[in-house]
Amino acid sequence: MLKTNRREFLKTSGCLVIGFSIGNISSGQNSFIPQELPQSIRRYPDINAWIEVLANGKVRVFTGKAELGQGIRTAIAQVAAEELELSMENVEVVLADTLRTPNEGYTVGSGSIEQSAMAVRYASAAAKMKLLELASDKLKVPVDELVTTNGKVYTKNGRNPITFSEILDGKQISGQVKEPVKLKAKSEYRLSGKPVPREDIGWMVRAHQNYLHDLRFPGMVHARVVRPPVYGAKLKTFDAGYVKKKVPGVLKTVNDGNFLAVIATDEYEAMRAQKVLGQSATWTEAAKVPATEKDLKEYILKLPVETDRVQEKGKITSEEFTHTATYFKPYIMHGSTGPSCSVAIWHNEKLHIWSHSQGIYPLREAIAQMLQMPADKIEITGVPGSGCYGHNGADDVAAEAAIIAMAYPGKHVRLQWSREEEHGWEPYGSAMVVKVGATLDATGKILYWKYDLWSDSHSSRPGGRAENLLPARYIKKMFTSSSKGYIGGATRNSEPYYSIPNQQVNANFFRGPLRVSALRSLGAYGNIFALESFMDELADNAKKDPFDFRLMHLTDQRAKDVVQKLGEMVSNVKPGDGEGLGIAFSRYKNSASYCTVAALVHVDTTAKTLRLKKMWSAIDAGEVINTDGLKNQTEGGMIQAASWTLKEHVKFDGTNISSTDWGTYPILRFSETPEVEVEIIPRQNEEVMGAGEAAQGPAGAAIVNAIFRACGKRIRDLPVKLFQD
Amino acid sequence: MPKYQLKINGKNLEADVAADTPLLWVLRDHLGLVGTKYGCGIAQCGACTVHMNGVATRSCILPVSGLENAEITTIEGLSENGDHPVQQAWEEVDVAQCGYCQAGQIMTAASLLKKNPKPSEAEIVRTMNGNICRCGAYHRIREAVKLASTKI
Repeated sequence: MLKTNRREFLKTSGCLVIGFSIGNISSGQNSFIPQELPQSIRRYPDINAWIEVLANGKVRVFTGKAELGQGIRTAIAQVAAEELELSMENVEVVLADTLRTPNEGYTVGSGSIEQSAMAVRYASAAAKMKLLELASDKLKVPVDELVTTNGKVYTKNGRNPITFSEILDGKQISGQVKEPVKLKAKSEYRLSGKPVPREDIGWMVRAHQNYLHDLRFPGMVHARVVRPPVYGAKLKTFDAGYVKKKVPGVLKTVNDGNFLAVIATDEYEAMRAQKVLGQSATWTEAAKVPATEKDLKEYILKLPVETDRVQEKGKITSEEFTHTATYFKPYIMHGSTGPSCSVAIWHNEKLHIWSHSQGIYPLREAIAQMLQMPADKIEITGVPGSGCYGHNGADDVAAEAAIIAMAYPGKHVRLQWSREEEHGWEPYGSAMVVKVGATLDATGKILYWKYDLWSDSHSSRPGGRAENLLPARYIKKMFTSSSKGYIGGATRNSEPYYSIPNQQVNANFFRGPLRVSALRSLGAYGNIFALESFMDELADNAKKDPFDFRLMHLTDQRAKDVVQKLGEMVSNVKPGDGEGLGIAFSRYKNSASYCTVAALVHVDTTAKTLRLKKMWSAIDAGEVINTDGLKNQTEGGMIQAASWTLKEHVKFDGTNISSTDWGTYPILRFSETPEVEVEIIPRQNEEVMGAGEAAQGPAGAAIVNAIFRACGKRIRDLPVKLFQD
Repeated sequence: MPKYQLKINGKNLEADVAADTPLLWVLRDHLGLVGTKYGCGIAQCGACTVHMNGVATRSCILPVSGLENAEITTIEGLSENGDHPVQQAWEEVDVAQCGYCQAGQIMTAASLLKKNPKPSEAEIVRTMNGNICRCGAYHRIREAVKLASTKI
């Protein structure tokens, strides 16, 4: 699977640094392509917003994106080291921090490489130009007779070495990134496009502190929130005196409206106090969760909706289609391995928060609104947490820590959610229903296509709005949610990427019973599950091979290429008895990476077992910065989507959410994990394209298509229940 | 509160905590050993795995009061220089995505290899099955355990 051994790569890349770095800078082969500067650069054009030269010869790079396990820290370092002709060791990356880095909004939509890495590429190239110009003045040598390697500038004959820091006389690079920026020619890359190892993996395996959960400050205290029994219940009474008496470590009970929390000297005491205070609290009856997951599909179809026409092409002349199907995807959860956590301190009229949120700047705006204080009194430092895969409890816990810290000034307050809180209170990925109908022409091509989807919002991120923070709904100055959130997420990949002359796509937005927000790939997983399952059904109707059927409806050559590549990858796979091979295609967002997935399953109808044996993926993400990072994201994406598809649904019983731990919300484990194989289609001269969410949709569809081919049963409701019920 | 004498990573350490405090919170909160992770608190996920007398054990449900004669090893004490074969293999295979569960995975794998340096595929799967990885790095974990077994 991993073709290049990372130690081997380190050895060879070390040689390349030495061998390459003299004499290539002014070769005149660098690219002067017409440029549009990256959006982040247009917002932050100052070079020193991105690049800082350190006295020790290293360069510090600032990104407004968060490390979520996607390896952005490494990719950012790679592009900076590439342009500035530095070794990886001489680049240090600062992740999102309102005190230090540009505001690059949310780390979402597989956009970190497209946005931040490209910004850093341009800023680094501009920084190099500036450094060479300054060195030229100092050394009285023309720029095109200078070269740079590892933080020093020399004349071409290797004389007069001068360090970046000496060039700047201890100052920082001034000036802005302006077109045209002389970027390094891609043909000369020594780091980009290579499986550069992630330095942070070394920190993880040696337990060097890397996670927010591990932050420790002198005098730090620990808090816990007492949760209502159900969404929207109101606090009637509680007994602060009782908890103080029962739990010796209790420092303070914090109450604001229906928000109730407790602070203790250490974490285990805080957990004990949470339980005792919780037992003393009484709550009003609240609106019950109105449906159970068992009849959710029917329930959703009866909810009032607002309908949008997403797409209309040609004319749908009749509602009578030769083939129709209805698909269903339940609520699923992010299920971060480490429940959400935050640390906050209110000191000298300033609030400092440490958060693993995907968007610390929008979070700051939302917290400022919630606390009714100016945003400039709040700083948020982003620190990696457990993988989030979207909007989990990270923002909520930070907002709660802020409220508690304000009530206990001068101390670092650490708030850690429990497993039960994370499972029960995180915003889930919305349930969806899709009804699709089509008619084929005489040659087996799709003539008419009608696609109707039902979905709740796929994003209720804070986005500067207090109402989207969980505690803001409980404090005295209550913020209630009125917005539909970002409805665009529901229609992601609802429009077929296939050439179909007459088509109509409609989105029906409902407000469902559970709290929802962005989960990896948003609506694309549900839409591609439906769309690519239906394509498989139509291929059968047309008596066509699933590969051929897709190819005959694709016009984009790169799309055809990933389908064909996948065909080559599985060409030697001959499914045995009870086995089936299924495939699916999508281009994420219809504008980012092209991805195909094949799945091989074994169904034993006697023993009543289903085994997912292997998954393959072919992916075209345009230019790739870190090939191993892309493979790792695609492999993990397939496995996570296999878990969603085969196992996951949030359970609720009409009163409460009953998926509160890994027993009541099982996910894929080691013994159920398929083999995986990923091939990247190299496109180093193309634009970079987001890829972290490309595999989810096709992975789900490939699995159900494989099940159909193995046993003839068409799965249209998720998760797959072949033998239960 | 009583004081407990503990032997952790070869050192004699003392913790002044309530008797029912699970080892995980003693490590993270009182002894500054934050490499061991909290994941579920009810022994379902394996993030908190440490070695007790060489055997992989869930520290989140292990009361400190029963540990006075036990030798505990955490990820910080797995090797002196962070070069245990499992740690090396993990780095070489680039196992992790977010990495949060990995300390627990590494401790489970190291305990397996200590008992059985050449485990079969089935033994690897059976042993590692108690550790959850939400990023879906299981296949790389499997590869890293196999690689580590060649280094022992």
